[in-house]
Amino acid sequence: MNKYWQENLKIISILLTIWFIVSFGFGILLSDFLDQFKFGGFKLGFWFAQQGSIFFFVILIFIYVHLLNKLDDKYKKNKQ
Amino acid sequence: MSTQLLTYLFVGITFALYIGIAFWSKAKDTGDFYVAGKGVHPVANGMATAADWMSAASFISIAGIIAFSGRDGSVYLMGWTGGYVLLALLLAPYLRKFGKYTVPEFIGTRYYSDVARIVAVLCLIFISFTYIAGQMRGVGIVFSRFLEVDINLGVIIGMVIVFFYAVMGGMKGITYTQVAQYCVLIFAYLVPAIFISILVTGNPVPQLGFGDTVVGGSEYLLDKLDRITTELGFVPYTENTKSTLDVFCITAALMFGTAGLPHVIVRFFTVPKVRDARKSVGYALVFIALLFTTAPAVGAFARVNLTDSLQDTKYVEAPEWFKNWEQIGLVAWQDKNNDGAIQYSVGNAFEGVKINFSDEIGVHGERVVSNEQNLSNKNELYIDRDIMVLANPEIASLPGWVFALVAAGALAAALSTAAGLLLVISSSISHDLMKKTFRPNISEKQELLYARMAATAAVIIAGYFGINPPGFVAQVVALAFGLAASTIFPALLMGIFYKAANKEGVIAGMLAGLTITLSYIVYFKFYAPDLNNASHWFLGISPEGFGVIGMLANLLIIITATKYFPKPPSEVYKMIDEIRQP
Repeated sequence: MNKYWQENLKIISILLTIWFIVSFGFGILLSDFLDQFKFGGFKLGFWFAQQGSIFFFVILIFIYVHLLNKLDDKYKKNKQ
Repeated sequence: MSTQLLTYLFVGITFALYIGIAFWSKAKDTGDFYVAGKGVHPVANGMATAADWMSAASFISIAGIIAFSGRDGSVYLMGWTGGYVLLALLLAPYLRKFGKYTVPEFIGTRYYSDVARIVAVLCLIFISFTYIAGQMRGVGIVFSRFLEVDINLGVIIGMVIVFFYAVMGGMKGITYTQVAQYCVLIFAYLVPAIFISILVTGNPVPQLGFGDTVVGGSEYLLDKLDRITTELGFVPYTENTKSTLDVFCITAALMFGTAGLPHVIVRFFTVPKVRDARKSVGYALVFIALLFTTAPAVGAFARVNLTDSLQDTKYVEAPEWFKNWEQIGLVAWQDKNNDGAIQYSVGNAFEGVKINFSDEIGVHGERVVSNEQNLSNKNELYIDRDIMVLANPEIASLPGWVFALVAAGALAAALSTAAGLLLVISSSISHDLMKKTFRPNISEKQELLYARMAATAAVIIAGYFGINPPGFVAQVVALAFGLAASTIFPALLMGIFYKAANKEGVIAGMLAGLTITLSYIVYFKFYAPDLNNASHWFLGISPEGFGVIGMLANLLIIITATKYFPKPPSEVYKMIDEIRQP
């Protein structure tokens, strides 16, 4: 079970790093720099701050759901 | 059919629906009352969470805030959605595994201490009542503008409805009405947004229209906004005015605060399995994102429409909606340069925070404002930013039924959040204070009765706040999030991820977080509002973002306390191992 927890912590830290990069990173700290790139009518930094980061949040949660379901199944099998 | 009649019809039908659901889902025992018998499907719980979470403020205010603050409004968009990632990864599954009824109950058990539980209950009640006051104001605004009934009567009607399903149905009743309310509110938000997106950009998807070109030209919407805001003397729409550190702290305080809000957390106690709790947070954020990615687009459309339809328009030719809102007192105009036309530009048109009208009518037919005119700028217009979403269908000349739909949606948003808050207040009183602390011998029947009594009392107090709204509603929202971030979130996080965290640390930590955040906000918002600007703030962090400092202090105290106080008993270690397993 300790191994299950270690693997879970690893998944959490990777996903939270991405969470930090798309919101605090791209949406705030680097957003002025990213504004020089444009797609459609959006400046990239502005897009991350007002829309893009939210899409990433949704995707991150479903990736976690998927990975943890797999992890749960893996350790359930070992236990039996 | 007249718009007025349609509005009564829409609001009447939705209210009948909510009461019907209340009768159908009456709570039979405390399990039903506190956590809906743990039998809610994850998708249904996702919708209920979305309705629970999206308040009158989300429905009514966010698009307006963004319309007037542009890029600066991003803190709310990221802050009020990013917390769900924290909930899914760090809190919800473990708290569901714990398998009890309330957030203070987890804190009390994990930190083997009644004092910790009571401190948590105090924080919870403070946060939740702060929040409810805002919902009641929303109900009042909608009733007075849309149904033209007295604000007080409107609040009482809202209270009766909430009373029905919250007191009778408990969590079970609330859950299924929230599902219905989510459907009403999201439909009511998207329909006008789609219409306006087509009108402004020709693109039916608001999220895409936001980045598209305006109809009849090749200029991008956001470029046009930058251009017109610059022409009127504002900072360009897509640029920041706040310091990076402050933006960072506000966003973080809102995110951690979201993850620490008890009425949101308990929603994930209602699903059958740990797996469902994780998945359910994901669905909740999908349903929330539908509104939160539409809001910035609506804000941008509204700002363009507003400027196009008002700038340099003669007051006598001003559109109907403008005069309707002026009658309610949320719009005001005073001709500074005597040309009879409306000029909107940077700066406050009037001195003072609150606009007061005299009974006189000016030469153009406008209501005369008794505040001093602020002659240091050319701005002649005052607009309450809360009206943007409500006025949008009128500004874009949409049919009457859209208008009626928005009224029903705004009420759904306000009532669903109020009910969720009432439930956590009543369950923390009946369960954490009565059953777990002061009257451990009461039977389940008696506990259920206490829960209903507490819910009734909470409805009445909330109604009182609705009828006599405290003048500080807008300011205290910062307080609710700051306190959730600096008290409850760290206690839960460390409770799950840091086995050595002990009761001394968490009690001192929560109290320190509470004191630091509360005193900073009270000082700048109430005691010395004149000093409330960046040059007086600690490190340039505004009161809205200070919850982060409170949170860091709390975490530091919890970690330090492990060195000086005894370890938690072995049952606690066992309990933590238990909740860490799926």
